[in-house]
Amino acid sequence: MELALSDDDRARLAGDCGEGLALAMRVLVGVAAAMRAPRLLDITGAHIDGCLYQGRVGIDFVERLAADGARVRVPTTLNVGSLDLLHPQLYRGDPVDAEAGRRLMQAYQDLGCRPTWTCAPYQLEVRPGFGEQIAWAESNAIVFANSVLGARTHRYGDFLDVCAALTGRAPAAGLHLAANRRGEIVFDVTALPRRLLGSDALYAALGHLIGSRTGKSIPVIVGLPAATEDQLKALGAAAAAAGAVAMFHAVGITPEAPDVATALHGQPATVTIEVTADEVRRSRDELTTGSGDTVGAISLGTPHASLEEMAAVVAILDGRRVHDAVEAYISTGRGVAAKAESAGITAQLEAAGFTVVTDTCTYVTPILRGRGPVVTNSAKWAYYAPANLGLDVVFGSLDEVIESAIAGEVVRDRELWGD
Amino acid sequence: MDEWQVLVPGTGRGEVLVLDEPLSFWGGIDAASGRIIDVHHPQCGESVRGRVVVMPYARGSSSTANTLAESIHRGTGPVAIVMAERDEIVTLGALVAGELYDEWCPVIVATPTILQRLRTGQLVRVDTRDSPVVSQGG
Repeated sequence: MELALSDDDRARLAGDCGEGLALAMRVLVGVAAAMRAPRLLDITGAHIDGCLYQGRVGIDFVERLAADGARVRVPTTLNVGSLDLLHPQLYRGDPVDAEAGRRLMQAYQDLGCRPTWTCAPYQLEVRPGFGEQIAWAESNAIVFANSVLGARTHRYGDFLDVCAALTGRAPAAGLHLAANRRGEIVFDVTALPRRLLGSDALYAALGHLIGSRTGKSIPVIVGLPAATEDQLKALGAAAAAAGAVAMFHAVGITPEAPDVATALHGQPATVTIEVTADEVRRSRDELTTGSGDTVGAISLGTPHASLEEMAAVVAILDGRRVHDAVEAYISTGRGVAAKAESAGITAQLEAAGFTVVTDTCTYVTPILRGRGPVVTNSAKWAYYAPANLGLDVVFGSLDEVIESAIAGEVVRDRELWGD
Repeated sequence: MDEWQVLVPGTGRGEVLVLDEPLSFWGGIDAASGRIIDVHHPQCGESVRGRVVVMPYARGSSSTANTLAESIHRGTGPVAIVMAERDEIVTLGALVAGELYDEWCPVIVATPTILQRLRTGQLVRVDTRDSPVVSQGG
């Protein structure tokens, strides 16, 4: 299939708008052809995750794009970088890597991207609306945009995110097209115990289970009670980490799934899986590598905590402090951090022994002192941290994490999990 | 369907490495050496360096493009990639290395008949300017 380009596309490709734009266009066209896109479409916004330093090529690419003064064509937000620019003293790694990380973050700002430094751009004031065509990178943000907001993005990542932002164009293929947003696999959670269905930990554990079983197709979840955005965020992040899930439907909750038939686009499900409490518990255990009872650290805020989540931590703490031997971290975007600061939440967290991390995340950069096991309520953190940081991890509910932090040893709510 | 579809142009000559299972370059190979480090992959410990890598499709993270580009630039990557299915992430990684450094690692999609003829250890040449695109020895 030939890729049909607009006059503007052809002008950019020919270098009429500079060599940076021509490079962006060549990469976009090459990938669009590999996706068999018949044409490109206009996007209204972009979210870039290429700002996390991974090596030389990432820096060379963005600096080449920017060499003749190119600027992003649509409003563009930035994912986490390698450094917490507001609290640089938290970084414990190689200073050479830190400098490269800082240089990369600066290069993206020079393109006109907003220095939001968050993996949860859907927690910013302005976010895409239903049906809007966007180009978002960062797997948890992609799944949230598609599923919860009903905006449309394919799975973008390094290099292609910035090419889309600079040109305002994306391949008309994949999840940009309605026909490709059909649910295929049904996960029925109706039989789960009520208390588990009401717990935040269910969403992360269920997301892990769904991601492990779904591969690249779109899951449809039946039987969830009314869920908060934070719970859907935890579910999507877990599913995207364990599998290649870029979208899910939660029947009665997400906008493209008023009922099962609509979510399946009127076709039969390829398979229906009845989720049991045993399987949810198994997911929890798969996300737990640590043995022993002593806690080295706890990590919250992956994806970045919302204001509500930060307030919930303060409420559970109820004036208590974390154990002296435990490092306690909560990661969030600088936008949410500013609100938490003025609401007095940050002061209460710090008084309880917490460190608030912004602009980055504790599993992608050296911040922890390196003592495990680390207790977390994030399935995504639990999935990646053992390999990234070489630490053992224990996954649990927010209550379990906080109680473990206070006690200095792993506290389990046996009744919740039916152990 | 044509016997070949070119996703990224270029030429490459080397020994074939047929991957028995799909591989995620990110977390799957060490860009410093080209070795397969994914312990779940049956060919863990083999190297993609200088090889014509034959794989059904790529697996996993979008950061695969970054690792592939990095390995091509460091000279630890494949010299050509032959796939059974189109893959936008592998295309992207090879395209970026070509555009930035003029280091072109061709990526092509081949029919099952052609793929079955390729055996690990064979010396082949991939040249997207010619037809056929893969020739023995060379």
